[in-house]
Amino acid sequence: MSLFFKKTLQLETQIDEYLDLVIKGGLVFRQGIKCYLDHQTEEFENYLKDLRRIEEQADDLRRNVEIILYTRTLIPEARGDVLGLMESCDKALNITAETLLELSVEIPNIPLTHRQDFLDLSESSIACLENTVSGIRSYFKNIDAVRDYVTKVQFYKKETNKIAEKIKRLAFRADDELSQKIHIRYVTFHIERIAEQSEDICDRLAISSIKRFE
Amino acid sequence: MFDISTWFFITSGLFLGWSLGANHAVNVFGTAVVSKMVKFRTAAIIGGIFVILGSVLSGSGTTKTISELGPINAIAGSFSVALAVGIAVTAMTRAKLPVSTSQAVIGAIIGWNIFTGSPTDLGSLSKIVSSWVASPLVAGIFGYLIFIFLKNTVLKWKIHLLDLDNYTRIGLIVVGALASYSLGANNIANVMGMFVFVSLFKDFNIAGVFTITGVHQLFFLGGLAIAIGIFTYGRNVMETVGNDLYKISPLTGFVVVLAEFLVLMLFTSVTLEAFLLQNGLPSIPLVPLSTTQAFIGAILGVGLAKDPHSINFKVLGKIAIGWVVAPVSAGLIAFISLFFIQNVFEQKIYYPVPYEISQFVLTQVDQDGIPVQHIRDLTSKRFTNKKIMRNELLKRDNFTNAQIYTIFQYAIIDSFRIDSTAVRLRLAHPVFSGEQITTLIGDHGRIFRHKIEFDSYLRKEKILDETIGNKLLDKQLEERQLYLEQIFRITKINN
Repeated sequence: MSLFFKKTLQLETQIDEYLDLVIKGGLVFRQGIKCYLDHQTEEFENYLKDLRRIEEQADDLRRNVEIILYTRTLIPEARGDVLGLMESCDKALNITAETLLELSVEIPNIPLTHRQDFLDLSESSIACLENTVSGIRSYFKNIDAVRDYVTKVQFYKKETNKIAEKIKRLAFRADDELSQKIHIRYVTFHIERIAEQSEDICDRLAISSIKRFE
Repeated sequence: MFDISTWFFITSGLFLGWSLGANHAVNVFGTAVVSKMVKFRTAAIIGGIFVILGSVLSGSGTTKTISELGPINAIAGSFSVALAVGIAVTAMTRAKLPVSTSQAVIGAIIGWNIFTGSPTDLGSLSKIVSSWVASPLVAGIFGYLIFIFLKNTVLKWKIHLLDLDNYTRIGLIVVGALASYSLGANNIANVMGMFVFVSLFKDFNIAGVFTITGVHQLFFLGGLAIAIGIFTYGRNVMETVGNDLYKISPLTGFVVVLAEFLVLMLFTSVTLEAFLLQNGLPSIPLVPLSTTQAFIGAILGVGLAKDPHSINFKVLGKIAIGWVVAPVSAGLIAFISLFFIQNVFEQKIYYPVPYEISQFVLTQVDQDGIPVQHIRDLTSKRFTNKKIMRNELLKRDNFTNAQIYTIFQYAIIDSFRIDSTAVRLRLAHPVFSGEQITTLIGDHGRIFRHKIEFDSYLRKEKILDETIGNKLLDKQLEERQLYLEQIFRITKINN
């Protein structure tokens, strides 16, 4: 019997570690953006490396959890939901890594006038992701709290959209090359996607949590 | 002794066991399997083992209901009744409808009663009807309350989803195993009870340490038949209940089986009642409840606690119709098969039980407020045909069914003879006092022709106390009386 519980405990730890990695990924992303804006190239590249490593680790952990859940037929009612949530989280983490990679490859020119807005944008997008992760943790243990986190994510997502719109309006009204303007829009779009993806996860989370008791 | 035909007859009991297992598997492990918490194979193995254990260790000879309804005393009669129930229950299983086997048995026995002209205790019939309402209602309330309680506990204690999964799985297995045990214990009498009087197996002794009685061997066989029923065909009904009636999740599945088990334990357990009374606690009134009907009720209760719209009332209606169809069709099939067995295969379907309205019987009947002035001419007349006696009675007075039943109960010749050797060997202190034993020894050789006569002798000579309204003491008294009747009864059937 204790072996039974030991295995479950191991799985609980793995899911928690996975969610820790998503949080860590968000923090690294935010730091990476800051370094890019401040032209600290070496630090930026290090953050990119860190983020890619985190992404790989998260992938491995997720696969592991998936295999255990299915081979041991645990939580038969909820495993589809749990795996769906984890896979969508993975996608969000991929977006963060892809965005940093694009900055590293394309080296878009972001004028100083946009610095604070981009900092705010990444801050707000990552707040979405962090609250999503907290929401998922609550889904496992404290289902009543899920609703609060979903509301927070919806709020931050709207904030992110506002900031992104502001950046794009400013960029397209500046006296720059069109290519420069489009490049800024492109970077904005990618950072904004983190918030969009977080909102998608939360929609799923809201339904999954209803299914648990209703 | 028995011959090959006895084995042939007993196959209908085994068939009934198989159909019972197939139909009742859903009640014990249905929710665990449909919610994918326990694999069907695992559930069937655990269920099978516990059903056999329950049958052998806790199975009682014949249920009171069956013995009250009508004594089926010839094996061909038992064969027909078991076959009728088996066919009715199998048909219901084919239609994927969960039914109550006990009620089908009662239906078939009534068929036998009608065929042989035996009186039927109408109280038993009303028990079936009340069970249709009481079982779902009581279990439904339990299911509703347990679900609300568990939901709040899980939310309050913040139990992790994976831990909850573990607890639920363990709960489903434990309650499923317990329910399987009680399924075996309570239903083996329906399956094999009718064959208990026909000694099929010899007792055998293992190394002089313990004896395995013939009844144990018979019940093992019956338990095995139920287990095979679960294994081979149990999945069928599970689908109706688990997917069609209501979508069952692991937690709701656990609540359903727990509610069903608790309800049956609280409202039908004689052991629990005795325990409560012994400890000076108020006892819970015993209500005849059916496992299947309690199970369906528990599902409804949980469904209502969650969302009434999620219950498929069309399927529920079908199940309810099945509850009525099962006993009625079992009765009809019994009647028809008895006709064939008696007239086509020329088998004896019952041994005529002699009745005699003695002066003693008349006095007793009179004391019960039943008018006797018109039947006095029947005094000391012996009847071997129930139908004739019934007609004779009805010719003389307009008796109600209940009155006829009482007269039959009193008039049946059930002879007892006090034997001093049996007294010395089988009655002991402190259950019986020295005085009581001396009285019995002194009356060695005394013969009583009617049960009621013997019982009144026991009370008169203070070998049994008068009932005083204390449930526990009265129960002990009843057991003591049954024991004495068993010891001193002159066996009528010498086949």
